[in-house]
Parts: sequence; C-alpha cells; structure tokens
Amino acid sequence: MTDVTDVHPGRQRTPASTRPAPDRQGDRTRTSHRQLGSRLALPAAWIVVLIVFSLLKPETFPTAANFQTIFGSQAVLVVLALGLLIPLTTGDFDVSVAQVLAVSSMLVALLNAKHGWPLGAAIAVALAAGVLVGAINALLVVGLQLDSFIATIGMSSVLTGVVYSISGGRTISGIDDQLSNVVVLERVLGLAPAFWYGLLLCAALWFVFEYTPLGRRLLFTGRGRNVARLSGIRVGRVRAGALVASATIAAAAGVLYAGTLGGADPTSGAQFLFPAFAAVFLGSTTIVPGRFNPWGTVVAVYFLVSGITGLQLLGAQSYVQYLFYGIALIVAVALAQLVRMRRVREEASAGV
Amino acid sequence: MAGTGIVRERVAAPEAPPPILSLRNVSREFSGVRALDDVSLEIRRGEVHGLVGENGCGKSTLIKILAGYYEPEPGAAIALDGVPVALPVPAAGGLADRISFVHQHLALIPELTVVENLRMRSVARAGLGATVSWSRERRRAQETLARYGVDIDPAATVLSLSPTDRARLAIVRAGEDLRAALGGGDAVCGLLVLDEPTVFLPREGIETLFGLVEEVVARGASVLFVSHDLDEVRSVTDRITVLRDGRVQATLTTAETTKQQLIELITGREHVARPPARDCARDGAPQVRVSGLTARRIRDLDFVLHRGEVVAFTGLIGSGAEEVPYALFGAAEGARGQLELDGATHDLARLTPDAAVRHRIGLLPGDRANQGSAPSLTVLENLLLLALPRFRRRGVLDRRAMRREAQSMLDAFDVRPRDPLAPYGTLSGGNQQKVLLAKWFDSEPSLMLLDEPTQGVDVGAREEIFELLRQRTRAGTCIVVASTDYEQLDLIADRVLVLAHGRIATELVGDDITRARIAHEVYVAGDAWPSAGDDTTGGPER
Repeated sequence: MTDVTDVHPGRQRTPASTRPAPDRQGDRTRTSHRQLGSRLALPAAWIVVLIVFSLLKPETFPTAANFQTIFGSQAVLVVLALGLLIPLTTGDFDVSVAQVLAVSSMLVALLNAKHGWPLGAAIAVALAAGVLVGAINALLVVGLQLDSFIATIGMSSVLTGVVYSISGGRTISGIDDQLSNVVVLERVLGLAPAFWYGLLLCAALWFVFEYTPLGRRLLFTGRGRNVARLSGIRVGRVRAGALVASATIAAAAGVLYAGTLGGADPTSGAQFLFPAFAAVFLGSTTIVPGRFNPWGTVVAVYFLVSGITGLQLLGAQSYVQYLFYGIALIVAVALAQLVRMRRVREEASAGV
Repeated sequence: MAGTGIVRERVAAPEAPPPILSLRNVSREFSGVRALDDVSLEIRRGEVHGLVGENGCGKSTLIKILAGYYEPEPGAAIALDGVPVALPVPAAGGLADRISFVHQHLALIPELTVVENLRMRSVARAGLGATVSWSRERRRAQETLARYGVDIDPAATVLSLSPTDRARLAIVRAGEDLRAALGGGDAVCGLLVLDEPTVFLPREGIETLFGLVEEVVARGASVLFVSHDLDEVRSVTDRITVLRDGRVQATLTTAETTKQQLIELITGREHVARPPARDCARDGAPQVRVSGLTARRIRDLDFVLHRGEVVAFTGLIGSGAEEVPYALFGAAEGARGQLELDGATHDLARLTPDAAVRHRIGLLPGDRANQGSAPSLTVLENLLLLALPRFRRRGVLDRRAMRREAQSMLDAFDVRPRDPLAPYGTLSGGNQQKVLLAKWFDSEPSLMLLDEPTQGVDVGAREEIFELLRQRTRAGTCIVVASTDYEQLDLIADRVLVLAHGRIATELVGDDITRARIAHEVYVAGDAWPSAGDDTTGGPER
C-alpha cells in the first residue's frame, strides 16, 4: 500500500476517466455479438459433433437407441457435476464427490440387497451418509481452514477405504427392481427418468443461482470472499452449506447409479471424478461464459459423451475417453484463462 | 550480468573520494504530473543520508528509479562511486552490486531459517550444478552475524524472530550482499537504502537497529535512510535531504538543523483557501459514542460523533489511524471496546461484519479490488449486493426491478458508463468508487466508515465523491474517515484526530483544519512517544 501512495496512482490516472466514455452503444452491440458467440460456441460444437458422427456412422450413431443410451447413462454424471458446481462457485474444491457417490451406491446395494432393508430406508441412509461427509468436509475446510483441495483429497481416499471395507471388495447386485424402474426403465418421452431428474436439478440450480439472493451470495463468496464478508454475508456458513450440498447431491447421484446398475461395485466411483470436473469447467465457458453454470455443465456433459460415443462407434478403444476428458479439462481451463487475460488487458486499457 | 550498467570510464579524480552515489537532474512524470522534478542528490562515502517528505513527495519514485523499476527522463545522470551509470538503470539490478535495498516489508521468507534467508542471494546465483553445503553455510552465517554483533540463532525460522530481529537480519543480509559483490573482503563499500525500516518496530528495537546501522557504516558503507519519523532521522543521519512535490527543498547538515526547520521544509507554508463553512449542527447528544477502542496498533481511543459529522483519523504509517474503520466494523482481528450507536451498545470484541451491516454501519475499504468489490462481476451485482432482500418477491429476485433500480442509482451518482451490466473492473477508479458509495448509501447507514476514500480516484471524481459525502451527512449519517491525504481531510473533515503510536495526540477543529496544519501536527505528534515526555512539542495526550 505504501508503495503506491507516493507515486499518486490517482493523479496518474487522470486522463482515463475524464476522457468521455468511449462510444459505449457501439461497443455494446459489438461485445454482445461476441458474447453471443462465446455463449453458444459449445452447444454449436455439440451439434457439429452430432452431425459429423451421424454422417460417418449413419446406421449406428443417429439412432433412438444410441441417444437413449447417451442421455440415460450419463444422467448420473450430470447430477454429480451439478453438485460439484456449488462449492466451485463458492471458491472451494470438492474432490471427494466421486467417492461419496461410490459409498452411497454401495450402501444402497448392501442394505437393500444383502441385509434386506426396504429400499426407502436404504436410500435415506445413503443420503444421510452424504450429509455426514459434507459436514466433515465443511468442518475441515471452513472450521479448521484447511485447503479444500487437500482436505477433500484426503476424504476421498478415506471413503475409498470405506467402500472396500464395507463391500469386502466385491460387487454387490440384486437391488430391488423398483429402483431400476424409477431410475432407468420407466421411460418418459422415450428417455430414462434419470435424465429428467438431472434436468430438473439443473433447472432448480439455475433458478437458485439466477433468481434468489442465496445465489448471489454464493457467487460473491466465490468471487470476492473479503467483499462478501465486509458486505455482511456469513461467508463461513455459505461455504459450509455448499460443501454439504455437493456431498448430498453426490450421494443422490450414487443412488441413481445403483439404480442404473441394479447393484454397486467398489471400483466405479473413481471413474466419475475426472469427467465431472471436465464438465463443470468446460461448462463455465458457455451459456454464461466465465461463470460455473448449470446449463453449461449439462451441455458440456452431453458434448463430451457424444464425442466419446461417436469415437467408440468408429472403433476407438475405450481408453479414448480418458484422452477426451483430460484434453477437455485442460482446454476448458486454458480458455477461461485466456478470457481472463484478455479482460485484464481491457481493464488496463480502460485505466483501472 | 553483474556490472553491465557501469561504463568503465573514470571521471577526473578529485582528491577526496568521489561520492558513493550522485544523482543529477533526475526527473520523472506520470501522466502529466511531475513526480520528480530535476532532483540532484549526492551521498558521500560513509555517510548516513536522510530522505524525508510527505506522502507523494517523490521519495518512492526516486527509490524505484535507483532500483531500475522506473526510467528517469532523458537528461538525468547517475554516477556510482564516480563512475557514470548507463541509463536507464537496467531492471533486475544493474546497480544491485553496489546498492542494496531494505524495504519496509523486508523481503524475508518467514517459513525459512535465518541461514537460508541470509544466503538466499548467493544460493540463488550459484549455477545449476552447484551443491549447497548447509553446514558450511551455517558456519558462515554464524560468522557473519557475529561480525555485526547480532545475536540471532541461525537455525531459527524467521517466523519465530521478533520484528526487531527480522529487521536486523534484513539489514545484515543487505550489508553482506554488498560485501560479497566486492569479492568478500572486509570492507563494505556501497550504498544501503533503508526504506522506512522502523515503522513497525518497538522503541528499543529502533535503538538496536541504529546500532547496527552504525556498524555497517563503520565498515565503509553509506546509508540512505528514508523515514517519516523526524526524531529518528535526526538521531541517525549526518545529512538530510527534504523533498516536496518532487523537488529537492534543501540538503541540510543534521547537526545544524532543528526539527522545526525540517517540518517547515516538509510541509511548506502555503495555506489552502477555506472551503465553504462547515454547517454541522453540534447541538444535542452525540449519535455515536466509541469508548476504549483497542486493536493491533490503537490503544484505548474514546471519541464521539454528532449527527452528520465527519471525523477524520490520520497519522504516520504505523500510527494505527488506518485500523479505526475496520475495528469499528468488526473486521479487525482482536479489536476491543464499546460502540454506542442509535441508542444501542455493541461490544466490538464480538461484533462481526454481518452484525455491523444489520446495525446500519457501512465500510468502504481502502483495498477496492480485493475487499471492496468483485471486479469480475457486473456493476449491477456489486451495486445491489446489500439490497438483495428488497428485491425478493416470494423468494424470487425481481430482476427487472433490479435493473431499473440500478439504472436510477447510476444516474443519481453519475456513474459512467450508465451500464449496469458492464463488468465492474472495466470502470475507472473514480466510477468504481462511486458505485461502492451508491451501494452503501442506498442502505442509509447511521455510521459510514471510509478508508482512503479517494485513493486511485482522479481529481474530477474526487470532487464528486466529496459532494456525495456532504449530501449523505446532511441526511444524518456520521462518517469516520481514515486518510493520509491531508488536502482531502481539509476539504471534508469537521474534526481531525491525529494519532501517534495508537493514541490520539491532537484534535483539530474548525479553521485549524488546513493541509499544512494537519501535516505539521502529524510530524510533531509522530515523533513524540507517549511513554517519553522528552519533547516540548509533543501533543496533548488523552
């Protein structure tokens, strides 16, 4: 602070703001065109992917069965990514979501299939486990002020251990068909119910982020924690709530996953982590560019899955998905950084 | 790389050794404002040379030119030890061999040990293939510390040292860097720049530090000592240069200079024309009463504010003035005291920012980019953050009403561009500040706290901000402002409380509030330690 006082930052900048505001009207239409472009770039890319693969594989790609698979099977990922979106918005990582999913699906499978609990009770326990993990994460990250990345990595490993210990390392099957019915089998408008659950959650989150004071508080907590605090937002509570929400939603995703498989296997949790992060970060480059946003996340999930499915139909090995998700995550983060650098330059030239 | 800035061509050798540093005709302008105007300065060998002046007088610019951070304008000449330096001074230390800097923040790495910090530079310079023998480094560090008579454990982490020991370590390191540059002999011939090294030190620490400065000088180094504290400058320097408005006012021999002379040279004698008479009704009971306010630097302050009154806190760096707004908002750790506001009493130790907002207190932080706003969000989002509950219709934000309201607030506060959806960070400093004032004033605070409200704000917007503040006080809001911009205080304050070492040293009211008078009181008060009744010029203690 003392460094700047002596060189009169105020006086230096005199010309910048006495200069009449540059033709903002013209500026605005130009920027709004550019904005519209960046808003819709990813959905457009998705459509291109769909068209290209439809032309390359006309018998297998553009079929009802294939789209049912794409939309239905990835609903679990959609729900998980939407949960992850919440702490990322408040500025915290939650790396444990994938293992929460694994624990939750395993609990449903064990309690229902092995111990004969009613389905409702098993699901309630699974969701409660999510709340508990979220609360512990919140205690570590907000209470003890640990770095969220490190704390949730630790939690993730602990949960992996829990899954193996309660399952004995075995795949558990035989969950009540009722769950599979309400998750995948009883199609609505030709698509699995899980897809509609994801869409519903997306709409709900979009509503909260855009149309409620809570959404604004989440946003400010992530973008300017000090500003939020000095404007009277109880930042600690907001962050803790976000971590509990993400773990609870991850547990719900686990329930859907159990329904999709009709069982649970201890190894499957980890495979969701990367796609979820890739989808949320890629999603932040579209619809509302520069912000983690639910519709962008959903579009990103289906963009990624369509690409991978298409490549696999063309004969690519299943490892192609790892390449695809990894590249998508890096590209997404790089794009966001480029936008930020451009904005910094614009701010600098605006004399701020 | 070393020495690339020095042209090997000796100037005609006089009998006396040439000055270690000589500056001729150094000027520097920033967007039409002359920060340095034709400055010439000479620092002799083995001399401690003081550099004093108000905030904004050009001290920092001068030091940054020496560090190669800014280029001087053409026509300047700098010579080191009689050898002209090619200009501009190459950034990343062309002079670094012969000039070593110790800044207020010391540039030590707190988690590392004393040895590691001490040897940072030589370790950083070693080639990639070199190995570091830490046992040898430790032995050397021990020798070094012993040579300067500094008793610090070389294995301790800097974190565990007292502030005084940290400052000593930084100075020893700077001296050692100079010595190393000369091939490691015993003589240290170079210039040590100490930029406000004493601000955060206790009094005993300052004396220890001065002992060390003398030790360094005894080994042949010269010292440029930059400080606000005139007593310190007078006790440690041989000569003093005074800067005002970028110009050298005088270079004086310390032994022949009184403090009064220095103050006059620093502050000038000009008197600013009085602004419109202050129309503050002082009758009736105070609206705000603060008692026993204590925080990291401030000690037990008591003061009151009447309805619509603007009370300013000022002082030298480290006086604690800048802590007052945060302490009253529950945003300063460890603050204590009582705040009486609108008939209710609040315990400041338990006050949190969200409670403060509920009690209708507002805070405009000095660090606009990190604490005042979220620059990446829109103007509207920043503007209406506090007002969100007002736009809730059955739990849903009425976005159209928000747009309308934001638009009318931007009109009322004359924010340009009038675009609620522009990213906040793209606004100019003055407009950014107006948005934040609009944000807080919209909540109709009883007590508004401001920290450097016009920092980074251009002259035109400054006037507008003052007018907005006046409007607000007419509506009954009390304002507490912390600032070191005396001219600004002259224009807006009804009362100025000058702090020194955490206590109120002087109170100025009415016609006594002038830029020159405030500056005078700040320097006089800043030198008087509250515990020592040494000086007749010390302000009244309360």
